[in-house]
Amino acid sequence: MSLTRKDVEAIAHLARLAITEEEASLYADSLSRILHLVEQLNAADVSTTEPMAHPLAGLVQRLRADEVTATDQHEKFQLNAGKVSSGLYLVPKVIE
Amino acid sequence: MAELHAQTLTELAAGLRAGKFSSVELTRHFLERISKYDAELNAFITVTSELALAQAADADARIAAGTASALTGLPLAHKDIFCTDGVLTTCGSKMLSNFVSPYDATVVTRLKQAGMVMLGKTNMDEFAMGSSNETSFYGAVKNPWNLAKVPGGSSGGSAAAVAARIAPAATGTDTGGSIRQPAALTSLTGIKPTYGRVSRYGMIAFASSLDQGGVMCLSAEDAALLLQSMSGFDVQDSTSVDTPVPDYSATLNQSLKGLKIGLVKEFFEQGLSNENAKPVREALAVYEQLGARLVEVSLPNLPLSVPTYYVVAPAECSSNLSRFDGVRFGYRCDNPRDLQDLYTRSRGEGFGSEVKRRIMTGTYVLSAGYYDAYYLRAQKIRRLITEEFANAFKQVDVLMGPTSPTTAFDIGAKVDDPVTMYLNDIYTIGANLAGLPAMSIPCGFLDGLPVGLQIIGGHFAEAKLLNVAHGYQQVTDWHKRMPERYA
Repeated sequence: MSLTRKDVEAIAHLARLAITEEEASLYADSLSRILHLVEQLNAADVSTTEPMAHPLAGLVQRLRADEVTATDQHEKFQLNAGKVSSGLYLVPKVIE
Repeated sequence: MAELHAQTLTELAAGLRAGKFSSVELTRHFLERISKYDAELNAFITVTSELALAQAADADARIAAGTASALTGLPLAHKDIFCTDGVLTTCGSKMLSNFVSPYDATVVTRLKQAGMVMLGKTNMDEFAMGSSNETSFYGAVKNPWNLAKVPGGSSGGSAAAVAARIAPAATGTDTGGSIRQPAALTSLTGIKPTYGRVSRYGMIAFASSLDQGGVMCLSAEDAALLLQSMSGFDVQDSTSVDTPVPDYSATLNQSLKGLKIGLVKEFFEQGLSNENAKPVREALAVYEQLGARLVEVSLPNLPLSVPTYYVVAPAECSSNLSRFDGVRFGYRCDNPRDLQDLYTRSRGEGFGSEVKRRIMTGTYVLSAGYYDAYYLRAQKIRRLITEEFANAFKQVDVLMGPTSPTTAFDIGAKVDDPVTMYLNDIYTIGANLAGLPAMSIPCGFLDGLPVGLQIIGGHFAEAKLLNVAHGYQQVTDWHKRMPERYA
């Protein structure tokens, strides 16, 4: 399976990544090579195999009691944000 | 007494306890070595000198008061993937080059509570995606055995720091070999525990079903000491396993008589140069002298572990890294036109090329129309590989083979070809897919460059692995060799 520059641009859009035309050409080449490597998977017979999402069989995701465990630290957390005002994260205008 | 930096963590702990030196003296010694050597190694992204000296003073007070743990006062470095409260935590990326973590990872908390002293945060491949430490936004790390060579990756900074003895031990993480491969390439003892054994809370996620934290140090004895404190159930990690942690140090000296060692046929067939196999075969002969028996086992689908991994890991990475949007934390582009532009440019400018490549690979294999052919198929093969490992452990106690197909390669040699780079992990990835504990220990040199022996065990067999590694280290001295330049 080979990808074109156009394919890569479509994938980059889905992944919300701005890439240049030059990068798109380079990625078309390297992603095609990766997909070629991945084609080896077609050799295995998996007709009766169940997919495995997790390495430890029988492990279930725990639930915790619905109790407040965290304290309000939004000022500390927002020190890492690019733009905040009055406790809100600022982004470009979405609705005109 | 040997110089402080030539001693193992276990030896340093005994020296502290006996009052031969203080934690402040010990910490100062390593900080001085960092300032002397790190300019050429680039092993650290951040050195936390003031914090380290303050923690060392606290440790000395604890030792004097008789409230010290086995690890109190011992310095270590953390891979910069672990969140550290109030300290820059970059994950080797421009995306997090301004991120001061508001909390500690559980691993950091536990080692802090044990009284360990943090020297700083080590360099790494960006978001742990790489096998050579060349994808870091902070530049390549040099291998202390030969400064023109890579130290391996992604925990390359931790590897270089310990190998050059500018830190006595360091944490690492292993998603496809990122502890074991750099340990092999720099002559260290490294262990990746069973998936779920060490908490992933506060460990920046790459591929959540594969990521596992562990340690890189100078001996199996040191690894036992560190792992004891790091391991155990954590309510903050939903995949943390609630199984008691055995006393790892207590079983180190058990006899290896009768140990059944499986040699994976496929490991020795795949692309391993005969030269590179030689130190590994010699190590196996040492085990035979210790009373172990070698049994050949076959895992026919194991050669598919690299292609399986390069579907599963990018898929999980594309999902995990979607949190970086330029809004709440991390890099934010200048003057975004609109929200879409804020997202795409912050991500396009903040991520390096390998990270973008993996995000796009993952996005593609999960996209409509391709999911069944790639992702679902890879998950089925992951089960086949896991079952083959389980069958092997019905016949043998541990599996052994090489950690890496080659010794350390030249900086720049493989950066242009991702597929060649990915094949470095051919021997290590299987353990991650199956969630198994695995180690690499030094077993010799080729042309002055270290070679590692990999030991893989069944789920939660860390004590067995450490025992097997320790037995070898009692009758060999490869793990004691250090690069002359840093002696």
